[in-house]
Parts: sequence; C-alpha cells; structure tokens
Amino acid sequence: MKAVKVILVLFLLSILVIGQSYAGTIKIGAVLAVTGPASFLGAPEAKTLEMLVAEANSKGGIKGNKLELIVKDTGGNPEKAISFAKQLIEEDKVFAIVGPSTSGETMKIKNIAEEAKTILLSCAAAEVIVNPMAKYVFKTPQNDSFAVIKIFEQMKKMGISKVGVVSSNTGFGKAGKEQIEKLAKDHGITILLSEVYDKAASDLTAEVTKLKANNVQAVINWSIEPAQAIVLKNAKQIGLNVPMFQSHGFGNIGYVKAAGPAAEGVIFPAGRLLVAETLADNNPQKGVLLQYKKDYEAKFKEEVSTFGGHGYDAFIILKAAIEKAGADKEKVRDAIEGIKNLVGTAGIFNFSDKDHNGLDINAFEMLTVKDGKFIVLK
Amino acid sequence: MNTKKKYIQLSLFLSIIIFIQLLTYFTGCEYHLTQLTMSAYYCLLIIGLCLLMGYAGQISIGHAGFFAIGGYISAFLTTYDLSQYKDKTILILFSKIGAALFRQDLYGGKVLNFHPWAAALIAIILTIIIAILIGSPVLKLKGHYLAMATLGFGIIVYRIVLGTEKFGAADGISDIPPFPLLFGIEVNGKPVMRVWNYYISWSIVFITMTFLINLINSRVGRALYAIHGAEDASRAMGVDTREYKLKTFVLSAVLASVGGIFLTHYNGGIGPSEASVIKSVKYVAIVAIGGMANLWGSLVMGLILNFLSLRGYFGTYDDAVFGAILIIIMLFAPEGLLKVKLFDFIKYVSFRSKKSV
Amino acid sequence: MNTQLFFQYFVAGVTYGAIYAIVAIGFNIIYNTTGIINFAQGEFVMLGAMTAVTLNNFIPLPVAIILAVIITIIIGALIEILFIRWLVSPSVLRMIIITIGLSIVIREVALHIWGDGIYALPYFTGTALKTLSVGGVFISPQILWVLGICSITVIILNLYFKYTLMGRKMRACASNRSAARLCGINAKNMVTLSFMLSAGIGAIAGCIVSPITYVQYDSGTPLAIKGFTVAIFGGLGNSMAAVVAGLILGILESFSIWLMPTAFKDVISISILLFILFVKPSGIFGNKEALNLKEF
Repeated sequence: MKAVKVILVLFLLSILVIGQSYAGTIKIGAVLAVTGPASFLGAPEAKTLEMLVAEANSKGGIKGNKLELIVKDTGGNPEKAISFAKQLIEEDKVFAIVGPSTSGETMKIKNIAEEAKTILLSCAAAEVIVNPMAKYVFKTPQNDSFAVIKIFEQMKKMGISKVGVVSSNTGFGKAGKEQIEKLAKDHGITILLSEVYDKAASDLTAEVTKLKANNVQAVINWSIEPAQAIVLKNAKQIGLNVPMFQSHGFGNIGYVKAAGPAAEGVIFPAGRLLVAETLADNNPQKGVLLQYKKDYEAKFKEEVSTFGGHGYDAFIILKAAIEKAGADKEKVRDAIEGIKNLVGTAGIFNFSDKDHNGLDINAFEMLTVKDGKFIVLK
Repeated sequence: MNTKKKYIQLSLFLSIIIFIQLLTYFTGCEYHLTQLTMSAYYCLLIIGLCLLMGYAGQISIGHAGFFAIGGYISAFLTTYDLSQYKDKTILILFSKIGAALFRQDLYGGKVLNFHPWAAALIAIILTIIIAILIGSPVLKLKGHYLAMATLGFGIIVYRIVLGTEKFGAADGISDIPPFPLLFGIEVNGKPVMRVWNYYISWSIVFITMTFLINLINSRVGRALYAIHGAEDASRAMGVDTREYKLKTFVLSAVLASVGGIFLTHYNGGIGPSEASVIKSVKYVAIVAIGGMANLWGSLVMGLILNFLSLRGYFGTYDDAVFGAILIIIMLFAPEGLLKVKLFDFIKYVSFRSKKSV
Repeated sequence: MNTQLFFQYFVAGVTYGAIYAIVAIGFNIIYNTTGIINFAQGEFVMLGAMTAVTLNNFIPLPVAIILAVIITIIIGALIEILFIRWLVSPSVLRMIIITIGLSIVIREVALHIWGDGIYALPYFTGTALKTLSVGGVFISPQILWVLGICSITVIILNLYFKYTLMGRKMRACASNRSAARLCGINAKNMVTLSFMLSAGIGAIAGCIVSPITYVQYDSGTPLAIKGFTVAIFGGLGNSMAAVVAGLILGILESFSIWLMPTAFKDVISISILLFILFVKPSGIFGNKEALNLKEF
C-alpha cells in the first residue's frame, strides 16, 4: 500500500516537473530578497521594477519588444539565490538578471552569471562584486568606500580625529565596517573602538555607554536596520553628545520618525533622492528623482527609498542599452559598457570596460536631519 | 517489515530516480535536476532527523546547525589560503599526502588550500566530536527541555557563523572549489555535470536509505522503538538507552553534515541562512508531515517540499507555508499526511455539547 | 570602570532584565496550567505593541493600550480554542510543534498586515531625549514605567493566584489536573483562561517596551528566546523566580559587553541556558523532586 502511495505522489511531482514557458518577448529575471531580513532592500526594488516594466509595456515596450518580468523572492537565502539564478538562466532563458539585493547573495551567483554569459545587474553595494571585474556583472549602488570617504572628509572639516564605530551584524554593516577600518588611516582618523551589535537588538545602552567611556569625538553608526535608531536614542539618553555619523542606510524617513528628536543633527551621506525637492533646478538629477518619487509614491502609497532606486537604475541602464543595441545579449553588454552620462537615482552613470559601477564619489551628498526632515548639509 | 517488501521498496525507489531523470531528458527540461539534486542533500538531513525524531523519539530543533557545521568547515578549509603557513612542518606533511594542494584561483592567483576530501573528513570528524559533546548532556533531557536545548545549540551555531569574520559573517563563503570524485567527475554546479550530479546525490541518499532501513529492522531498530515507547521500561529490560540515543544522535548529525558538505560544493557557496532556526523548524515540519516514524514518508515529503521551495513556488509565503503545514499536520494528522485523523476533530465538534467537563 | 559607568551598565541590565522577566512570566502562566511551553509567546508581545501603535493613530494612548491588550487577549483565547482545546491528550512533541507553527504563521500574517516597517509608541512621559540624572547615571523615564508596570503586574498576578477563586482553580489545575477536575473545576476553561492571561501580559509587555525597543513583525522571536532562557533559568512555572532570573541575565548580558564583542552577546545567554539545562534543569530556584513529578 505504502509503495502505491509513494508512486502516486511521485507521479504528481512529475506532472509539476513538466511545465514549460515560451519565449517571444524580452524576459528580465529579478532575484530579490522581497521578504526576510533584507526585505527593506528587496521589496521596494521589486515594486519599482514592476512599476517600470508596466510603464514601459504600456508605451509599447522597448524598441517594440514587450517586457516580461519574473520576480523570484529569495528571502535573503543564498542557496535560493543560486537555485533561482540557475532556473532563470537555463529554464526561462532570461535576457538579464536584476539583483540580488544583498552582497552575500550576489557573490554566490556572480560566477554562475559569468559562465552562462548572462548580464547581471546587482542591486548590492559591495565592491567585490565589480572588483575583480567579471565581464557580465554590473552593479548600480554607489561604493561603500565613497560613503566612508565622504564621512571622513566631513570629519576633517569639523576637526574630528578620534571616533568610535558601531555597526550591525548584517552584510551591510560588515561591508561598511571593513571600509571604515581600511580607509581610516589614510584620512588621519583613529578608531578607538569598533563594536558590532545585533540587528534585532532591543536596547543598546550598554554599547553606547562603552563608546562614552572611550571618550570618542564622534560616532559612526553603520547599519541599515531599525536598531540604528536605537543607538541614536540611547546615546542621547546617557548624555553622549558628540556628532553622530550614519551610513546611507539611514536614508529612510521611518528611522527619523522612530528616533524622534534624537535624530536631529545626524550627518550621513546618501543619494539625492531623499532631498529631491530641495535640489537646485539646474541639478541634472532633479527631474529623474522627482518623477520616480512621484510615480512610486502615487502607486504604492509609501515613501520612496534609495534602495528602490537601485532597481530603478538597473532598469534604466538595461533599457538604455537595449534601445541602443537591440535585443541581443552580447551587444547589450557592450552597450552598457559604452553608457555615458546616464542620469539615474544614485548618480550619473559613466560605464567603461574598466568600471562596471559607473558612479563616482559625487554620487553621494552629505545630508543632515532638521525638524524631522532630510536636508542637504551646509 | 519482511525482507521481500524491503527490497521491493528499495528497487522501486531506484527506478523512480532513474525514471525522473529519463522523464526530464525526454521532455527537455533537464534543468529541473538542479533543484532535485539540491533537494537530495536536504533529504539526507531529513531522513537522519526522521530516525532521531520518529524512531528514537528525540526532538531536535537544531539540526540545521550540523548541516552548517559540515558546510562551513569544508567551505572554510577549501577556500582559506594557507600560503602564509606553507613552511610549517605540518603543512608540508599535508601537501605530501595530498591533503593540501595549490590551486589556481579564479583571478589567476595561486592559493594553498585543503583538498576537498581532507576538508570533508575533518568536517565529519568535527561534527562527530561536537555531536558527542552536545548529545551526551542534551539527550538526558526530555520534552521541552530537550527542545529548548537543541534550539539553543542551533542558535549558538547561527550566531557563531554570523559573527565570525573568517566565515564571511553575514555574507558567507563564496567561490568554493568543486569536490572531485573518480574519473574527472566532480560535485559542482556546472550544467555539463548536471546529470552526473543528480545521480551522485541520489546514490548517496539511496545508500543511506538502504542502511537506515536495515538498521531499523535490526536489533537497534527494535531498541529505539522501545525507547520511544517507554524509556524507563526499556532500560529495565536491559537496553542501554543512553548509548542508543547518543549513537542515533551522532548518526543523524553526521548525515546532516554530509548533506551540508556536498551541497556547499555543489552550490559553490554557503551563507548563514543555512544555520538559521527557521531552517531547523522546516526540517522538523517535513519529518512531521512525512509521518514521524516513517523514513519513506519523510524522504518523499523532503523531496517534494524542498523542490517546490527551491523553485520558488511558494513565492513570498515560503515560511508561512511551512508554519501552516506544521499546524495542520499536527492538529489533524499527527501520524503524518498518509494517516489523516480528521475524526478527532469531527468527534470533538459533534460531541462537545454532551461533554460535561 | 568607574562607579558611574558601573551603574550605567547596571541600569541597562535591569532594563533588559525587566523586559525578559515579563515575557518569561507569560510562559510560566501557560506552562503552569497546561504543562506546555507556548513557543508563540513572543508573538503576543509583538501583536500587542503593533495593535496599540495602529490604534494610537485614532485614539489617545491609554485607551489604545487597553484596547490593544483586550484584542490580544481575544486572539489568545481564539488560538487556544481553535488549536489546543479539542486535542485529546496531545503529546509534548505535538504541542511544541503546533506552537512553533503558530508563531511562524502569526509572524507572517503580521508581515502581510503591517509590512516590514518599524513602529513605536510614544514615550509615556516626556520624549526620547528626556532623562533623569541620578548621580551622573542617566535613566530614561520609560525605564521607570517598565520597571513599575512589571512590578505591579507581578504583584497583581501573585494576589490573583493566591486569593481569588479563579486563581486558585488555575493553581489547582497546575498541580494536578485530574484531581482538579474531580473537584468540579473545568480544566479546559482554565487553560483558555491561562492563554488569555498570558496573551494579555505579553501585550502589556509589548506596549510598555515598544517606545524603547521599537517593534517590527519579527521582533517577537528574539524576545521569546530570551524569555525561555529566563523561565528555565528561574525554574519553569515559578514567576517570582523568573523576575530574579531575568534581572540576573539582563545584568550579566549588559556587563558582558564590556568584556567581549557585542556580536556574541546572544551566545552568552544561550550558553547560560544550556549550562543550566545540563547542570540543574529545574532552574536555580527550582526543586528537583517537583521537576520529576511533572509529566512530559
């Protein structure tokens, strides 16, 4: 009896196995962490892509080619990213893959995309993604090192040299911590202590107390999770009144609301999306940023975030390249390397065969919080 | 279970493995083998856990920890560059016997790593040591205490891989070399090796299944059954319950670790999510839906659920699906999906009014 | 380390400890009447806080909190009635798995209702920045709220179990369910009541700590794990011991940061848990004989 049941079950499985999809349009795969611990990255990226693809299709597609978007949710698990990447490449024969959202996942599928000669436009920031360079792998977010250098330059202006670093125990925190430790010496900054806190921490008074005990002149708090707002609050509560520097992971107005008055005066580098309205009218990015912000907020009824912008940039890069080179993978890859002065949300992209990120340090602007709003630091 | 039935089941299993491969070949969708291969390695853990939970009656909500130990140790040893220590006697000795070797990394540099076989061996030995160290005190506990202790073990492993810089912290380890077998056949994820890898993985599962089925039909199996039913009574009958429980625990840990080692080489990378609590819970869910003391049930459910999950059929509801499965199965079919007990519920609903207390 | 710093760590530790203790008490109430550990206890904390935050958009804070606690109590009762009540003598293994499943499903439902954003109730008095300075040690008034409400809850619970008929009935079920039934106590109703009580306490905990810790759809589980640790540390079922154990663990964690990287803070508390389980599973204040009498 049992054997019969086993056979039945396996036949059901085989029916699932035989399922086919047909080509005919340009397929774009998206391997994103829509849920799970990195959903603050993947969810807005997925929404942005859906919005852009729908918009492009309503205008007749790109050069007459309709687009088809296949979003796969990894939940931040690398093994799923691997499985989905193979699935998209071999089975759906996608034209290009956007994502993954995190550096850890991207590094797992970098070689897979490279060997399969499929364009990968990563939405993760780590520099190892494009250095050493792989022919088919690109990334859209700004390098973490740019953000760190921006912070150090600001510190120099303010006469700060002894800092404490706190970062979260996720990929984002880890990448920032590495860059800070690597670049500090060249910029004359001494790191008095470096602490890693849990991303799900509920109270960090003990950590900030340790910072205070070390008499730091400023704190760099590198995280992308809610816990970073707890640091701000706890620091103020115990009377640690030094300048607080945050990463571009702070660029979410939700964190400002959560930290309340403790967020006032925080200094952090970020893309200009957050301050789109206040940019000068001759700023080349202003139009793109306002458009994206307006469309996204109208459609999804939530505040736009810079992370969704990485998805936006990946899409417009791909679109620009297809418009130039047509629906041919190799030509499009070459066309991406030839993109110059493309205005995106993260900055202005100038790709080359040596640079698969295309952004420079000017992509970041130093921002601060005033009256619960982001403004450009003067 | 008589011998004849046993062989029928095993040969049926073997023919289904071959049938699936041929099916994918003739329908031109061989890419499904990728997820089937990955599922096989998870199934290895699951049948081990089934032996522990279903037959010996010991719950473990920390088995992903052993999977991660296997995967991470072999990943670390095969990628960590030992060149800086190459003049140490011990390493020279390792190179002599072939346990450590130079290889070309992807970008042309030369690195000195452990040979995958040596790394796997070390990983398994360490797994055994850790399993014995954890198992001896843990298995004295029962019920909630056992569940909590194994959960605690799982969390510690997760925290360690997440907090350790050498293990890549949150990013995990990438660029892991293939695992060479005989005649140039390798465990790796390249499309050309796909069919080979499918058969390699399922052969390992097949051999393990054969071993486990023989085991549960032997003296050991009967002893485990007695422990599950009534531990004190079986001890009174002269069964060394401590020893049997520990051996089962170690065996299931080793199976989990082997699964971790091979999947890591197959994927070419591993991340901390492999050690997470939710993974351990998923494995428990699969064993539960398979029917606890039912190796075939666990195997089939392990294959199906992992396959569907890895192909993304559950979309953004992946965790929710497993959570719902746990509740539904435990409520209505605690003996597994194949022995549904809706009756309890119906009885409760219809007789509730008559019950005085 | 100077005295001032020492006390700053101490205050941080007491805050953690109070939060852990109140979660642990929720575990203990259900454990006492049913003999099961509710692995979904952390989700009650999350639900209470999330509901209060949502309600607070429409109604004033105290009303929102009371309403949120009531809603969570109703959810707790529903969960017990739907998933626990009708089971005929379920095994411990089965109960563990069901409550784990519940915890996952509640979390996922919360994700689809509230999304992955973070929420917080406003500080009950003053703002996030306002602190009281006692001899150079800074204390947020919210911490006083947490400590105060924790103590009041513990006292009320004790009085309830000691002096009210309901409380005594629940205790009777805890010590011997069949004997309690023979005395005419409706044991099943007592179980439902214990779920409601512990859901309510979870919700209160969620509301009072959310200004400090924030709340997100997945913030229940980490709290629950700390709660287990404390409940077992003090001895399962013993609520007063849980308070002491919670404070000890909180203070240990807080000072551990001084000695080692924060990344391993959780490893410390879990190692304590394992150590206690191996050496004295009845908990530091527990009684070995009593443990052996418990059915598993």
